[in-house]
Amino acid sequence: MTAAAGAEGIVVDPTRVIGPVEAALRARRDGGGKCLVVYVTGGLGADWLETARAVAAAGADVIEIGVPFSDPVMDGPTIQAANDVALDGGATPLGILDALREGDVGVPLAVMTYYNIAYRMGLERFAESLMAAGVSGCILPDLPLEEAGPWLDVAAVAGVEPILLAAPTAPEERLPRICERSRGFVYGVGLLGVTGVRSELAASAVEIATRLKQVTDLPVLVGVGIGTPEQAVEASWYGDGVVVGSAIVQRMVDRAGPEGVAELVAEFRVALDA
Amino acid sequence: MTLQEPTPDGRFGEFGGRFVPETLIPAVLELEEAFREAWADPTFRGELDALLADYAGRPSPMTECHNLSEELGCRLLLKREDLNHTGSHKINNVLGQALLAQRMGKTRLLAETGAGQHGVASATAAALLGMECCVYMGEVDVRRQELNVFRMRLLGAEVRTAMSGSRTLKDAVNEAMRDWVATVTESHYCLGSVMGPHPYPWMVRTFHEVLGREAREQSEALLGGPPDVVVACVGGGSNAIGIFSGFADAATDLVGVEPAGGAAVGRGVPGVVHGMDSYLMQDEFGQVLEAESISAGLDYPGVGPEHSHLAAIGRARYEAVTDDEVVEAFQMLSRAEGIIPALEPAHALAWVSRERASLAGKAVVVNLSGRGDKDVAQMMEILV
Repeated sequence: MTAAAGAEGIVVDPTRVIGPVEAALRARRDGGGKCLVVYVTGGLGADWLETARAVAAAGADVIEIGVPFSDPVMDGPTIQAANDVALDGGATPLGILDALREGDVGVPLAVMTYYNIAYRMGLERFAESLMAAGVSGCILPDLPLEEAGPWLDVAAVAGVEPILLAAPTAPEERLPRICERSRGFVYGVGLLGVTGVRSELAASAVEIATRLKQVTDLPVLVGVGIGTPEQAVEASWYGDGVVVGSAIVQRMVDRAGPEGVAELVAEFRVALDA
Repeated sequence: MTLQEPTPDGRFGEFGGRFVPETLIPAVLELEEAFREAWADPTFRGELDALLADYAGRPSPMTECHNLSEELGCRLLLKREDLNHTGSHKINNVLGQALLAQRMGKTRLLAETGAGQHGVASATAAALLGMECCVYMGEVDVRRQELNVFRMRLLGAEVRTAMSGSRTLKDAVNEAMRDWVATVTESHYCLGSVMGPHPYPWMVRTFHEVLGREAREQSEALLGGPPDVVVACVGGGSNAIGIFSGFADAATDLVGVEPAGGAAVGRGVPGVVHGMDSYLMQDEFGQVLEAESISAGLDYPGVGPEHSHLAAIGRARYEAVTDDEVVEAFQMLSRAEGIIPALEPAHALAWVSRERASLAGKAVVVNLSGRGDKDVAQMMEILV
């Protein structure tokens, strides 16, 4: 599958290969819906994989599997705590990928981790391990465009969709450069800050979604600070959908079980479909 | 050789870079530009030089240790950074960054601290320049460096306890970076060592080169030339790079001394954390290991990228000493010379003491990067 023609004024490379994450999100968007990407911490509790399946069944278009890292500087207290529990429980990157290879989750997958996990494994081996596990997308929040070159090259060869982030602080000229290199979707950072639930949607979420829609045909999803279905709906007026992390992970940390987590995902799905 | 400016993408050889979230990229690019512009401006340099002289007390002296030289069998000299205002070399960098932050229109200084020396220096500069200051410190360090916590608060800074991970310097850096991601518009991250994303390793080194220049001149005056060996402790490595910068072009051995429990160069493999690619203590999966050292200031699993480069090209070498050797050296200098060193430079002294046979007859300059007042309570528990 190759990219369709973009909106007016947006140049789309017709030879660009579209991976499973992007295909799923485009399908949702083309059908008039809003995209829902849900973050699940890999290795958190014995039932994390079952949780991922339940999240898929509850209406997530794509699932982000968090691969815990010891020093997650883009994450707030909820995901940090989940990380620590998973690491204390013996979670490892390869262990998580092995589990994913064994069990079909039902929707396209992306991992979210930090660059050192990939760097330590070796970029080629990391990319191959993702593909072997059936994970096509990859988000590395501490790898900015300036440093992403080697990884983007390796990902392209292996067929991994590297999902790049675009921050509210980015000057105008930077956004098209990010979108050009991003695959799967472009991850608009909704606020100045780390992951976590906030009492209301930041104005910057609307702003980044609007700015990104003006420069790309890629699905534009807003994440960081999307904690409630209402906030998800509001952010989706301007973009193509949302990434929900901490609110979901909090339920996992609270041991709500796969059904308890899926219940919340369903609330987001229903709100976005309304 | 002299120490080089990094490449445009912030590399010293293979090490360095700018591995920060997208949110911070405009800030590090702006900082680099502002630093280049300020450093080329005689007005800025004049202001900084005046503060270093009239406020911080530079130049710091170089003291020849006659008693200890006799005991060790070498000619031992100390670069007295312990005599600076706030008690360590940290003030050189902090005054530079605080002036720069003010020039950039920032109103808030953000800092991490291990032993508290950089936190105290940051709080001091913020008080002087009328800026807000917030210092992150690991819970473990807050406990063992109580006095410095009080000092920072006395100076008007807010001290926030980092409760995550190992609750030491590494986690204080994580918390400071998280704060910076959220407050980048008004805050300047006043990083305390030659680490982090470009331009920090280079900028912080540049602010510390003053101590290397002084040490070189003082060596010429006291020894008639550069010493045989220059020794400094290495956590992130700012005092070491400062003094190395004065002797990189001389036929002087440069030795960095790491704690055995935090030997990034000695035990690490290249990794990426805190914005830089450098030697890092990590497990087989890339999880960062927790350092363990008696000295809160060196309790760090990484090291500045230029040190990794100097080690890789063989221009400097990096040795490790144990906590027990450090406790010995702490007492040794106190008794022999009437100088109570901080636990951090006691690492450098411990190495000199251990290597006395191979150093016999040589002229050795140790960077005494800080004074031991802050460590007295901790040592009292160990020794009494």
